Amino acid sequence: MPFRISLLLSCALGFFVQVADAAEGRLIATGGASSIEGSAGGGITPWAVLAGYGEKGEWGSSVFATHVDLPDYKLDVAGLAFAYDNRVEVSYAHQRFDLGTLVHKLSLPDDNLSQDIFGMKVRLFGDLIYDTLPQVSAGLEYKHQNDFLIPSLVGARRNADTEGYVTASRLFMGAAFGYNLLVNGGLRYSRANETGLLGFGGDLRDTRSVLKEGSVAVLFNPRWALGLEYREKPSNLSFSKESNWSDVFLGYFPNKHLSFVLAYARLGEIATLDNQNGTYLSIQGSF
Amino acid sequence: MRLLPCVLIALLVGCAQQPPAPPRDDSLYDALGERKGINSIVEGMLLNIARDDRIVEHFKKIDIVRLRDKLVEQFCVEVGGPCVYTGDTMAESHKGQHLTPSDFNALVEDLIDSMDALKIPVPTQNRLIARLAPMRGDVIGK
Repeated sequence: MPFRISLLLSCALGFFVQVADAAEGRLIATGGASSIEGSAGGGITPWAVLAGYGEKGEWGSSVFATHVDLPDYKLDVAGLAFAYDNRVEVSYAHQRFDLGTLVHKLSLPDDNLSQDIFGMKVRLFGDLIYDTLPQVSAGLEYKHQNDFLIPSLVGARRNADTEGYVTASRLFMGAAFGYNLLVNGGLRYSRANETGLLGFGGDLRDTRSVLKEGSVAVLFNPRWALGLEYREKPSNLSFSKESNWSDVFLGYFPNKHLSFVLAYARLGEIATLDNQNGTYLSIQGSF
Repeated sequence: MRLLPCVLIALLVGCAQQPPAPPRDDSLYDALGERKGINSIVEGMLLNIARDDRIVEHFKKIDIVRLRDKLVEQFCVEVGGPCVYTGDTMAESHKGQHLTPSDFNALVEDLIDSMDALKIPVPTQNRLIARLAPMRGDVIGK
């Protein structure tokens, strides 16, 4: 992890200790895990829930670190999120993508790609569990790709972009053979290549696409969840096909301060190398 | 006439036969261990509340024995048991308490902890919570 990120996280942790009396009015696991773009959600998709456990008039927050180990690449993500009033969430994530074997194969000038993601999400209406309507949230993400040389060489058009999404989440009580079923569905409006790690827009297409994403999870009890995720991705670059992503995950929420997600992620073809399927591990602290 | 009493009895028996009532689904009532099981769940929940700094204040001036009896009646009715609820409506009994969504969730957690301690299977717990969840609107913000 770069020193700058470690420092940032340490500062954030210091701050969290200050606000440690932030209430935890929501039920366990209803803050979700942290998605790779920083917002509360599953692993590869955001959910309509907000980070932490703050209810009306309360603060919630989270810090996380995620590692994805693929046959030819590695992805590391670290970030944090704050939410207030169970209404608004702001988040930050730093992604570092190690190019691994591709560096030698193509004699690349850099051995990694990185980007920063600043997110904001607002709960529009509804409730995850209680209301008649499902919880629906809308979000914006500003993404900045930090090493634009490689993306520009493969046809990416810009190194920063803003994308938006709407997402709905609902817990259906007892819907899965008596166990609670969590369902999330969302639409994203984006032209990010490989979530932005390869820049935004490309030689094939430079306008945003409407992309579907969603997940379902069964909660064996309030602390354990097993689920599937799916995320459509655009194909803007001619040099390599971009695959839709999916994963199967196991989430463990031992208490309201800690959670773990272990997943098997199928990321398909990334930058000409196919079958990038591997393990995903994420650790999150909530305050 | 020996026949008349027989006819009368037959008529009386006939009249006593009510039209068939719609079958009540009491499977959840059975799954929770009937009235005795519900009593254990409610008592466990109240003991958890007594230790719960988040919401115990709201129960300080309440007759806990009466509350237990009314909650047992209410749970029993909600899960299809042969009981009659004799307490106030949810809206009335929470009036002026200004309960928050967090207070409501704290109580749900105390209820789940009670059911966990009694080893009630999660699907059965979910069925009870699903029956009680619609009351939230009458409990918070009153």
